Amino acid sequence: MSAYNKPLPELSGLHGEFYEFCRAGELRFQKCDGCGSWRHVPRELCAECGSWDWSWQASSGRGKVFSWTVVDRALHPDFAESVPYAAVIVEMDEGVRLLSQVLGVEPSQLEIDLEVEVVFDSVTDEVTLPRFRRASV
Amino acid sequence: MSAGACIVGIGETAYCRKPGSGLSQLGLQLQAALHAIADAGITPAEVDGIMPFPNLGRAEEFAANLGCSNLRYASTIHMGGAAPAASLGAAAAAVEAGLAHYVLLPAGWNGYSGSRARQTIADDVASIPGGAIARDFYMPHGFTAPPQWYAVMARRHMHEYGTTAEQLGAIAVAMRNHAQRNPRAVMHGRPLSLEDYLASPMLADPYRVFDCCLETDGAAAVVVTTAERAQDLPADPVKILASACGQPYPADEITNRKDIFQTGLTIAAPEAFGRAGVTPADIDFAMIYDCFTFELLQQLEEVGFCPRGEGGAFVEEGRIDLGGSLPVNTHGGLLSEAHVLGMGHIVEAVKQLRRQCGDRQVKDSEVGVVTGWGDFGDGSIAILAR
Repeated sequence: MSAYNKPLPELSGLHGEFYEFCRAGELRFQKCDGCGSWRHVPRELCAECGSWDWSWQASSGRGKVFSWTVVDRALHPDFAESVPYAAVIVEMDEGVRLLSQVLGVEPSQLEIDLEVEVVFDSVTDEVTLPRFRRASV
Repeated sequence: MSAGACIVGIGETAYCRKPGSGLSQLGLQLQAALHAIADAGITPAEVDGIMPFPNLGRAEEFAANLGCSNLRYASTIHMGGAAPAASLGAAAAAVEAGLAHYVLLPAGWNGYSGSRARQTIADDVASIPGGAIARDFYMPHGFTAPPQWYAVMARRHMHEYGTTAEQLGAIAVAMRNHAQRNPRAVMHGRPLSLEDYLASPMLADPYRVFDCCLETDGAAAVVVTTAERAQDLPADPVKILASACGQPYPADEITNRKDIFQTGLTIAAPEAFGRAGVTPADIDFAMIYDCFTFELLQQLEEVGFCPRGEGGAFVEEGRIDLGGSLPVNTHGGLLSEAHVLGMGHIVEAVKQLRRQCGDRQVKDSEVGVVTGWGDFGDGSIAILAR
């Protein structure tokens, strides 16, 4: 692999399980077996109903842009070559929100409620990040 | 009914950027602490409580350097920039309960010449409550630093309420105008116009460079004791009518809040006003933690100085300027005086209530508010009176 030099998630615990699915090309979130609530980021139990029972369920992969910031000046040295880029909050159809990037859309073209769909960005052999692109109709 | 607690001493170092303070982070804070202790008219040995700012020092090293040989109360409120105003409440409770007689609250850093504020999260994700979440879900996408975290809230507010860049700029200009009356301010002698603001480069759109707080070297400190002891001390005591703190939900993750604008202050402010027995309409001035322009606007709304969504109009109409109905950050704040982690806001509030502010004095000031903002939106508020 080429030397990918940006921060990577630690692949342990529930966070690691989330990324393991991404590596397999699946976006999954926890869904409570008790009350049916979806949740992200991963938590041990359901804050809505208190149930410890949950499972990783497949997301539709589709969502809408909720908000974003365009980073014009990198505040982390590893992103110095990447500016300008947008860090985007996507609200999934399931209701959970995910911080990511939208590929193939110039930051100046982003708009609230822009429909997007997940794509999987294999940045290293071990890590695949969920990113988004403009939704196909 | 408790007799209450008071701030009886304030101290500051000089504030600077280049060439830097020339002191260590601890040395800076000790200098401010000694000024505050002297202002209180006590000796360092009488200080028996210390509440260091999170991650910026330990009570033991403060005590060992100052000669506080009877340290009985040491604690830290882990709320980032919300810690100082929150600590006033804890210090008041400590002295009223007899856990300590004199509690020292120091804060300070070499925010310019040392580890820059902007790098804190990259260097040490463990220093904030949501550290592992930021590391695993934010940083891989380049969402790495406070202006970026909060810019998404600002953009959403602009979308939902029509808040404009000019309104954020009005805040930056008001803070800069206030700094022109404060010779201690780093931006004293460097006025800013709305045109200058709008022409400044974007940093984390919608935040321009001038939406962001300064990075400076400096420290400030206050001393808290009981109202009873305060009567025997030289300075006019400033009463801590109430202090409260709170957290957004969830506090460790920004993106999944049902209400993206709710901060800890949303919960803390009504509680503090209730306990103090005053309302926002009674407040003569406010020192609002202005890490970024929008956070100042948001806190005006969440404290209840105006309804949510009306903060933009509120600041644009000049109400936060000296001479307005609610002068805000008469020292220039984090945006134009110095970034002293919120302790500078408390010091300025005390100066206003002692009526020592010269040509930036709020006339007939009787009661004021100080807020704090930290981490992913933790909030605190202290209501102070002369």
